[in-house]
Amino acid sequence: MKKIVISVCGSTGCLAGGAEDVVRKFKEETGKLGAESVEVKTTGCHGFCERGPLVVVYPERTMYCGVKESDVPEILSAALNGRTLDRLLYTDPTTGKKIQHEYDVPFYTKQRRILLGLNGVIDPTSIDDYISRGGYSALRKALKMSPVEVILEIKKAKLRGRGGAGFPTGLKWELCANAKSDVKYVICNADEGDPGAYQDRSLIEGNPHSVLEGMIIGAHTIGSSQGYVYIRHEYPLALKNLVTAIGQAKERGFLGKGILGSGFDFEVGVKRGGGAFVCGEETALIASIEGRPGEPRQRPPYPTESGLWGKPTLIDNVKTLASVPFIIDKGAEWYSELGTSKSGGTMIFSLVGKVNNSGLVEVPLGMTLREIIYEIGGGAPEGKEVKAVQTGGPSGGVIPRRIFDLPVDYETLAQAGSIMGSGGMIVMDETVCMVDIAKYFLNFTTEESCGKCTTCREGTKRMLEILTRISEGKGKQEDLNTLEELASVISEASMCALGKTAPNPVLTTMKYFREEYEAHIDGKCPAGVCKALIAYSIDEDKCTGCGACAIVCPQKAVIGEKGKKYRIEAEKCIKCGACRDACRFGAVVVT
Amino acid sequence: MEAKVRIPTLCHDEALSPYGACRLCVVEIRSGDKTQLVSSCTYPALDGLEVRTNSDRVTKARRMVVELLLARSPGAKVLRELAAEFGIEEPRFKKEDEDCILCGRCVRACAEIVGANAISFIGRGASREVETPFRKESNKCIECGLCAFVCPTEAIRLEEAGKVRRIERWHASKEMQQCKVCGRYFAPKAQLDFVAEKSGVPRETLEICETCRQM
Amino acid sequence: MQEIDEILDRHGRREDELIAILQDIQDKKNYLPEDALRYVAEGLGTPLSKVYSISTFFRAFSLEPRGRHLIRVCTGTTCHVRGASEILDEVRRSTEIANGQTSGDSDLSLETVNCMGTCALAPVITLDGKYFGKMNRNKIKALLRKMALAKEQ
Repeated sequence: MKKIVISVCGSTGCLAGGAEDVVRKFKEETGKLGAESVEVKTTGCHGFCERGPLVVVYPERTMYCGVKESDVPEILSAALNGRTLDRLLYTDPTTGKKIQHEYDVPFYTKQRRILLGLNGVIDPTSIDDYISRGGYSALRKALKMSPVEVILEIKKAKLRGRGGAGFPTGLKWELCANAKSDVKYVICNADEGDPGAYQDRSLIEGNPHSVLEGMIIGAHTIGSSQGYVYIRHEYPLALKNLVTAIGQAKERGFLGKGILGSGFDFEVGVKRGGGAFVCGEETALIASIEGRPGEPRQRPPYPTESGLWGKPTLIDNVKTLASVPFIIDKGAEWYSELGTSKSGGTMIFSLVGKVNNSGLVEVPLGMTLREIIYEIGGGAPEGKEVKAVQTGGPSGGVIPRRIFDLPVDYETLAQAGSIMGSGGMIVMDETVCMVDIAKYFLNFTTEESCGKCTTCREGTKRMLEILTRISEGKGKQEDLNTLEELASVISEASMCALGKTAPNPVLTTMKYFREEYEAHIDGKCPAGVCKALIAYSIDEDKCTGCGACAIVCPQKAVIGEKGKKYRIEAEKCIKCGACRDACRFGAVVVT
Repeated sequence: MEAKVRIPTLCHDEALSPYGACRLCVVEIRSGDKTQLVSSCTYPALDGLEVRTNSDRVTKARRMVVELLLARSPGAKVLRELAAEFGIEEPRFKKEDEDCILCGRCVRACAEIVGANAISFIGRGASREVETPFRKESNKCIECGLCAFVCPTEAIRLEEAGKVRRIERWHASKEMQQCKVCGRYFAPKAQLDFVAEKSGVPRETLEICETCRQM
Repeated sequence: MQEIDEILDRHGRREDELIAILQDIQDKKNYLPEDALRYVAEGLGTPLSKVYSISTFFRAFSLEPRGRHLIRVCTGTTCHVRGASEILDEVRRSTEIANGQTSGDSDLSLETVNCMGTCALAPVITLDGKYFGKMNRNKIKALLRKMALAKEQ
C-alpha cells in the first residue's frame, strides 16, 4: 500500500498545459529517489481547469496549481518530508491566504462532486481502481432487481435527461422496456457539440466505467443486447480511454455473454461522430450510425418505439447514464433530495468565459446562478461587471445579471427563454456585445444546419444577414420586427430541435438587451466590439510615449516617436486591439 | 393531403416518400394541451388528433416560407403564384439567383422510382445543393428526365440537339438512340441499356421507338 | 487500393459502416481522394452519390489534400468571447490562407473547430495536434514565425 499518491490531472485541458511532462518528471524523480512509497497517478479532470495543470498529493489532498515540470522535484521533496510547497498553493483572492487542502478551496466547497467524485482519484485506465472504490456494485445490485424495480427507482430519483430538454429518464426507460421487440438498442449520446461544454468529455476521459455501468444497467432493464457510444471525433483521449475501458469490462465479465453469471448478454461498440453538431439530435445520430447523412426526421415515432434500424432504442446523455449507478447504489431518495422538487440529483456545468474560476462545476439542481457564478466562479476577471450568462449552447439563450437569483432547473431556464442543454455556462462581461453574440450563434447554426427545412436553412441565413447588417451599423428599425417574425416562424415550423431552438440566442438577447440593438441601429456598439462602429484612439494625457503600441501594431497604424505622444491613423487601423493589450497605462481608448 | 381540404406543398409527391423539407404543408395539431406546427406530409395520422389546416399560426408560417423561397428563387413561376396567393409583393430579403429550392423531389425520384441514384444532396446548411458525384457527369445517370418532370421550379432542363441530349445541371451529355424504323432520335442509349438490364427485355427490341413499336 | 481493401474488410464490407470506413481512410491519407471514394462505392455496392453525399456532409472529411502542417483555431463560444476572431484574423493575415484551405506550397492548412473542450485555455489553437492556449496576436505571430524559420532549416 502506497503511503503517498500524487494525482496529476491528465485531462485534455491540463495535457494542453504540459501535464504529460509533469507526470514524466514525477516518475523520473520517484524512480531516481527509489521512493517506493510514492505512487504517481494520471487521473481525469479535477475540475478547476483555470488553475491547471493541477496536482493533488494524497493523503492530505494538498492541491498545487499551475504546476510545471521544473516544479516537480520541490513538490516531491515537500511531500516526502511532510511539508507543503507554499508558492504553488491556491491563494484565496479575498483573504490573500494560502489554502492547502483541495476541499477547502472556495471553488470546490459549494460543489457536490458526485459524478466527478472519482475524477482526480482513480486512474481511468484501471478497472481495478474503479472496482476498489465501489465500481460495478450497482450493476450487481441491479441484476438482482426486476426491470420494473429499476425503473421505479429511476423515476423516484427524478432523474431527467442531462443532454438537452430534460425528459424524465425513468419514463424513457419504461417506454423502451415496454416496447415489444426482441431486438433493442442502447445508445450513449456523447456527441457533446455545444461549444463551451466539455463535461461529457471529461467524464468519459476520467471515469469511463461509470458511463458503461449506467449503459449496462439500462440495457438489462429494457432488454437490449447491443449498445453503442456515439462520441465526437474531436475527443481522441476520451475515445482512447473508453475503448480501453470496454476491453477491460469485457475481460472481467461486465460486458459480453452471461454478464456476472446472469443470462444477460450486452456488447458495446463505439461510433465516432463526423463533425456535425446536428448529430447530437437523436434521429440524426441514428441516421449517422446507419451510414446515412445526419438529417433528422419527423418524430413521432420516437426512438423508444422505433429508433436504430427501426428497433426500440434507448438514447441517453453521458451524464444521465453516469448518474444511474449512484441511484441504484445509494437509493432514489438520497438522489432526489439532492435537487429540486422537479429534478433530482446534480448537474455538471462547464463554467467558462469571462469568469475567474473557469472549470467544471458539479452542483445540486436548484442552486442559483448567482451562487454558481460568484461564489464558485469568483465573478469576472479584472474587476469587470458580469453582464449575462449563456446556457444551453446554440440552442439556449442569454440570462441577464438582474435575474441571477433564478434557481437553476429545467423549467426555470426554459421560462427565462433559455434551456439547460448539455450544461454549458458561458459568463459574459461588459466587454461582450449581445448583438455580436447573437450573430456568433446564428453563424454557428447556419453552418451546422443540415439544410433540409426551408425555415431553418433559409430562415437562419436571413437572420444572420440582418444581424450582420445591424453589427455594421446598417440596421433599420424594421429589421428588429423582421428578426422577431423570422424567429417565431423558424421556431414553430422547423422539423427538428436544432431549427426550433436556433432563434433562442436572438430572442433572448433582444428580450433582455434590446437597448444594445437600438444602439447599433443608432450607429453605436456600447460594448466596443463591432468593428464598424468603434474607433481606437490614444488618450494624450495618459500616453507616456513608450512606443509599445507602435511596435505591436500589425498595420503600422500607430504614428509617433519615443518620448513623444503617439496617435492612431484611423484609416489604417483594423481595430485588432493589439495596442490596447500592449499599453500598460490604459492610454488606448475604444469609442 | 386528401379530398376537400387544400394544403399547399412543394416537396411532396404522391409517388415519392414523404420528406418534409419545404415546410409549406405545415398544419397545427393538438394532442392534450400542447399545440404545435408539423409538416402534414410526414406526421403520422393518429386517432384523436386535432388538426387545423388554416389557423393564423399556419398562415403566418406558410407566408414566411413562401417569402424565404421567393427571395432564393425569384424567377420560379410556382413561387410567384404562391406569393400572389399570400399577398407577397416583394420579399424583404436580398434576392438570390437559385432556381433550385432543395425540395429533394429529383433526388427521391432518381432513387426510389428509377433506382439510378445518380444525384444526391451534398454539403449542408446554407451550402446544401443537389449534385452529381464530384460535379462530373455520372455514369449512373440515364438521362431519363424524371428529375426534370418532378421539379416544381423547372430548375432542371433537358436540351436536345439531334443525336445528343444534354442535362446541363448534371453535366450530362449522352448519345440518343436512333429508331431503326423511322430514324427519329427518341431516347438516350443509356436509358435503354438500363431498361433492358432491369427488365430482361432484349436490348435490340429497344432500338425501335415507342410509336413504331405500336405499328 | 490495397489499403482501401484492408479498411473495407476490417469493417466487414458493410454499407452501414460507410462513415467509419471513410474516417479510417481520412486518418490514413489525410484526405479522401476521389478514386478512393469511387473504389469504396464499388466495394460496398453503395451508390457513389451516397458516398459523395456523406463525404461532403461531415466536417471531419476533406476532399482536398491537406498540408503537411495543420493549424486549427478554436472558434467555440468561450474562445470567441476571449478573442478567437482576432487570432483567426491574424493567422489568415500572416499565412494568407483562407479558412478550410491549404497554402500554395501544400505546407500548411487552416481549419476552424467549433470547440476543442479546453475552455480554460481560451483562446486555443492546435498546431499539428499540439495545443497552445491563452493565445493573443503576438503569441500567434511568434508561433508562425518560429514555424517559418524551422521550415527554412
